[in-house]
Amino acid sequence: MTAGPLLSVTDLVVDFKTRAGNARVLDHISLDVKEGEILGIVGESGCGKSMTALSIMGLVPNPPGKITSGSIKLGDQELVDMDIEALRKIRGKEIGMIFQEPMTSLNPVFTVGEQIAESVRLHENVGAKAAHARAVEMLKAVEIPEPEARAHAYPHQLSGGMRQRVMIAMALSCRPRVLIADEPTTALDTTVQAQIFDLLQNLQDETGTAIVLITHDMGAIAELADTVAVMYAGKIVEKGKVDRVLSHPDHPYTKGLIACVPHLSANPAAISERLMEIPGVVPALTDLGTGCAFAPRCSEVITKCRTDSPRLFETQPEHKAACWVAQKEMT
Amino acid sequence: MGLGQILAKRVGYGLVLLIAVLILNFTLITVAPGDVADSIAGDMGGADATVMAEIRERYGLDKPFLLQLWAYVSKVAFLDLGYSYFYNTPVTTLILEKLPATLLLVFSSQILAITVGTLLGVMAARKPNGFVSMCVTFLSLFGFAAPVFWSGILLIIAFVSIFPIFPVGGMSSAIMEGGFFARAVDIAYHLFLPMVTLASIYLALYSRLTRASMLEVLGSDYVRTARAKGLAENKVFYKHALKNSLGPLVTVAGLQFSAVMSGAVVVEAVFNWPGLGTLALQSILARDTPTIMGILFFSSFVVIIVNIVTDIVLRLIDPRIRSS
Repeated sequence: MTAGPLLSVTDLVVDFKTRAGNARVLDHISLDVKEGEILGIVGESGCGKSMTALSIMGLVPNPPGKITSGSIKLGDQELVDMDIEALRKIRGKEIGMIFQEPMTSLNPVFTVGEQIAESVRLHENVGAKAAHARAVEMLKAVEIPEPEARAHAYPHQLSGGMRQRVMIAMALSCRPRVLIADEPTTALDTTVQAQIFDLLQNLQDETGTAIVLITHDMGAIAELADTVAVMYAGKIVEKGKVDRVLSHPDHPYTKGLIACVPHLSANPAAISERLMEIPGVVPALTDLGTGCAFAPRCSEVITKCRTDSPRLFETQPEHKAACWVAQKEMT
Repeated sequence: MGLGQILAKRVGYGLVLLIAVLILNFTLITVAPGDVADSIAGDMGGADATVMAEIRERYGLDKPFLLQLWAYVSKVAFLDLGYSYFYNTPVTTLILEKLPATLLLVFSSQILAITVGTLLGVMAARKPNGFVSMCVTFLSLFGFAAPVFWSGILLIIAFVSIFPIFPVGGMSSAIMEGGFFARAVDIAYHLFLPMVTLASIYLALYSRLTRASMLEVLGSDYVRTARAKGLAENKVFYKHALKNSLGPLVTVAGLQFSAVMSGAVVVEAVFNWPGLGTLALQSILARDTPTIMGILFFSSFVVIIVNIVTDIVLRLIDPRIRSS
């Protein structure tokens, strides 16, 4: 390791109290992001990707959600159980966030310039004029044409792609050390998706901001991310360097995800003539058994999978998987 | 469409509506049994048919209906609302004399209801199961259930009889010295109870409405964005969420305005407030038709103006309405 991680999540557990019982939406999640690095988090809907992001921001809806245990560290600062006033100084300033739905994530009754400037004024001791100038500058940085005019536009006057650019401008306006992008392109057209990813990549090259990119787009992970964590049912089932994980996936779920991507050539063996799918659905978090949560859908399942839940173990240096089969093959 | 065009259109509609109101009022009152001749004859202690016919002829009541209507509408077009036989004063003068008192009551009670209602609604939405929320629920039940005259009388019993803090009625003290400021304070002192009475129903309505629309807005993505920016909860509530919740409130407040005007009639009667309501009541008893029609005309005028203002305020709050 060259430098210590900038953002470090250790054994994070988040529980949701529901009528059907306690749901452990995050089960001992550990992640590290270094400065200037892009960490990709992939998984199906409901696997806990977004909840990981919200936990880092301290925005887990409470009730019903609660961080039960674990630690989230930004540099030396512990964010779990941090005083709300102190946490607010981190939100938007040290950690910026972009949400999934650009159509609804901007306030419809304020101009986009006002909304960006609001962030700037909140965290930096600048006047209204300077904040507005920064807003225009940020709009320019996210490659919005005619930024001076657009600053006075209301969100409904912009397209989805434009709105997401505005969100990115807002999230980056205070030059945060970490940017969390929660499925930033899910609601956008494919061509616009590519533009947004390019933009994120360029901005990262310029600013060196660490990015946590949450997505279910394996293609985007392959192209952008340095490291990747694959999540399933609230757990990380595999993580490591992107090149390694995509070319040599150890967990059957990761293999399945890669096989689901039509054009990904990182693992030619997985591409058959038919487009692959993973059978079954994600289990309800309220009735997870004692075994591996993926066992009911797994093609390589062995007896042990049904009784014991596997923990992450190192299959290669800096490459971990939580799978009994993979572990067995190692020994 | 620009603001000017919208305004022109609304004013046009308003004029058409006003003429319709005028015609309808005149028709209804003419059709209703009894006229000013009956009333005058009653005051004289009875009169025979020839005298009655004379009176009717003098006031033009013997002419055909359409002719009377035409005469009335064309007079109103020049802001002449006729002459009150009962007060011996031109109706327009009469109304302009009483209108400020009513407008003061109506607007002050609405401002009170909207500000306090909104505040209570936001506080209730912050803690949907908290104390304020419970109070709002109770208050709205009470406000909806209690008739205005009853809560007015209740307030008089409480704050005039038991705790003699406020005057029992009227708009100003009988003997008044001092300058403008002292008079303003005196009027405000008299205004308090009627204002609170009239506001109570709407306070209940607005706080309920704000609570509901705030709760809806608080689930929005942009509220989460506001929090993710690092904004303090107060700003999240009172800036980002509230501005988005105001739409329904403004719409309802605008629509309710006509109800407020009629509520004012009752409140004025209870507190002997010298406004249009009291005047209306007296002219109805005296069958002073020109005055009644004049009051109805002015009330419709005020309601139409308020509706136009409501439209404009809505456009100011929500940019999406502006560009659609």
